[in-house]
Amino acid sequence: MPMMEYIDAIRLAMKEEMEQDPSVFVLGEDVGVKGGVFTTTKGLQDQFGEDRVIDTPLAESAIAGVAIGAAMVGMKPIAEMQYSDFMLPATNQIISEAAKIRYRSNNDWDCPVVVRAPIGGGIFGGLYHSQCPESIFFGTPGLKIVAPYSAYDAKGLLKAAIRDPDPVLFFENKKCYKLIKEDVPDDDYVVPIGKANLLREGDDITVISYSLPLHFAMQAAEELEKEGITSHILDLRSLQPLDKDAIVEAVRRTGKVLIVHEDNKTGGIGGEVAAIIAEECLYDLDAPIRRLCGPDAPAMPINPPQEKFFMLSKDKLLDAMRELALY
Amino acid sequence: MSTSNATQKDITMPQLAESLVSATIAKWLKRPGESVDLYEPICEVITDKVNAEIPSTEEGIMGELLAAEGQEVAVGEIICRIAVAGGSPETSQPSNEAASKASGQVPAGASAAPSAAQASQPAASQAAGVPRPAGEARARYSPAVQALAAQHGLDPAVIPGSGMGGRVTRKDVLQYLERGGASQAASAAPAAQPSPQASAASIAAPQPPQFAAPQAAAYNEVRHSGLHLSENPPLPKIEIEDGGRGSNETFIDVTPIRNTIATRMRQSVAEIPHGWMMIEVDMTNLVKLRNKYKDEFKRKEGVNLTYPAFVIKAVVNAIKDYPIMNSVWAVDKIIVKRDINISLAVGTEDSVLTPVIKKADQKNIAGLAMEIDDLARRTRERTLKLDDMQGGTFTVNNTGSFGSILSQPIINYPQAAQLTFESIVKRPVVINDMVGVRSMANFCLSLDHRILDGLICGRFLQRVKENLEGYSMDTKLY
Repeated sequence: MPMMEYIDAIRLAMKEEMEQDPSVFVLGEDVGVKGGVFTTTKGLQDQFGEDRVIDTPLAESAIAGVAIGAAMVGMKPIAEMQYSDFMLPATNQIISEAAKIRYRSNNDWDCPVVVRAPIGGGIFGGLYHSQCPESIFFGTPGLKIVAPYSAYDAKGLLKAAIRDPDPVLFFENKKCYKLIKEDVPDDDYVVPIGKANLLREGDDITVISYSLPLHFAMQAAEELEKEGITSHILDLRSLQPLDKDAIVEAVRRTGKVLIVHEDNKTGGIGGEVAAIIAEECLYDLDAPIRRLCGPDAPAMPINPPQEKFFMLSKDKLLDAMRELALY
Repeated sequence: MSTSNATQKDITMPQLAESLVSATIAKWLKRPGESVDLYEPICEVITDKVNAEIPSTEEGIMGELLAAEGQEVAVGEIICRIAVAGGSPETSQPSNEAASKASGQVPAGASAAPSAAQASQPAASQAAGVPRPAGEARARYSPAVQALAAQHGLDPAVIPGSGMGGRVTRKDVLQYLERGGASQAASAAPAAQPSPQASAASIAAPQPPQFAAPQAAAYNEVRHSGLHLSENPPLPKIEIEDGGRGSNETFIDVTPIRNTIATRMRQSVAEIPHGWMMIEVDMTNLVKLRNKYKDEFKRKEGVNLTYPAFVIKAVVNAIKDYPIMNSVWAVDKIIVKRDINISLAVGTEDSVLTPVIKKADQKNIAGLAMEIDDLARRTRERTLKLDDMQGGTFTVNNTGSFGSILSQPIINYPQAAQLTFESIVKRPVVINDMVGVRSMANFCLSLDHRILDGLICGRFLQRVKENLEGYSMDTKLY
């Protein structure tokens, strides 16, 4: 089983799917000749040619619109948004078109498009290169949203997204690209959309999260174990749909829940998770539901001290987890 | 009474108020050997701010008293020791039997005392049965704890809480059940059947080390004094209206005399606990007396024969009978002045001054009238000398001269009292069951309640009244 980085796993997923299915193609800004600003699509144009790895103009609504149109006539496009921050010109295409085509056409049409977009900060990217826009799309029925934290999940979820008959937003974490390096099988496996993943078992607190902060949670859990506090850590993996059963089960294990995400607190995924817990698990709760999220500030600052303040970290997780355990 | 596992805890003099550095033990309420509950008063103390009872910070048996009654003790110094039963659950939690026995006995000795406490205060002893929580979260149970407790028929109150503020956590309940909860309940609540293994298990029950810190924090929240004198009252927020600035207000510079008045008034009000009394005097005879002499006096002496001369004479004679009225508070003693120097409050347009009639007790009514006239004139002419202002021992204020019938004077610091002489008004008065028209006046007395009490002041005022009503047509001015 080869060791590879998170970014390599994403590239491998696209490569494998393009090799297997000629209707799969990639389009986006600088995805072809340059191989993507992060090198996510590096080598794909060489292998599959200009017709299947298409450099587009700087127009996200066009990238999404073209991809949606192609998907409706039977193609399986992977549309890349260079940064999720740049995705907003495409929101109309994604929310009002892609998400609604099957419903509005009474199941006559479908739209198996994948929109890939890197989320998150911590890379000195500042205001326009650090956002977490998942809450913008989260409340839209008809969209599926996934956000892998590991290289293994990145490959498996992307392959599942490409094969899914409906539009899927694939939020990859750009801080994870090079940070995460692990064994990724090179066989043809898929991580099912809509299934959460239990990363760690414990009896004192439950941490529910997705994407990058899970790494901090895992590190913090390791340290807390030495203090006698054991953590039960659930990776949502799929934000839309949420795996309610897994959430409820994880909550029942400890009765103390900490929900963590880098997206800001107000209107974030955590609010919905907390609501599910409140609806389903009131009599299992042993402490108020806690959330640890990015601050409700307009954007991630670019200067390092403030970026550090803004970003979640192992230490922040450690404090929040310990406090909840002691409640 | 000294058991092997009792430890002696030092009880120190608490800080009863912010500025206090010491307090005097007035009376011990607990004697050595008596049992003491938590927060039960152990002694009374006197400070120059408050007299208070000191509540016990420990539960146990009173040991040595290290401060005698009447002794002044610095804040933080040890005043006594209390023998506290040693920390193990076996000794601090007496059996059901012991409790029922002890309730019928006079408590004697360490082992019986907590039982008696338990018998009288079951709630307190139940709290003592588990690691003492003290935190407010102790009795608040989460939905998970309530659900588990209901499912297993448990009373969560008997489960030791390891959470924040002594809260019983879901995990506490689960661990409790795992260890065979019912038997552990025996050690905490005397109701169930105790078994040797169970009590051993409860002693051996390990507390997760990470919970030590918040629990310690909860202990610190226990009050030490039961008083809240050190709390600073919030300052009122004063909002100044925005509109019309400059047009609706004028600014008057504070003159030196106004500043002095302000300072002295503030000092008096701040330092002297003012008491207040009033008496009503029938002035009819005095009015007649004055009317008889006033024209002749004016002609002969060149000054007005005023009421204050008569009043001051009456007051001075009353002070002779009650010299304590002529005194000064000196914190650890009261200084009684031999000379009776009457300060006379004289108002001007923009201030009030209190020139002094020296040795007023050696002057007759005519002499007083002339001196009053002289001082009043020089006050208005602003020709008073510093010496004219010094040495006053008692103040008389003729508030009736500006129409007042009732006033509440601020004592002329550092004197002991001030008397006001209000307007003389004709009123129907019942005398011998008949109504007559009499000239009546009120006399108001503000008194330094550190020095004077109501009884002595009442007698003093009665004497003033007798003196004033005792004036007759035979009274001599000279």
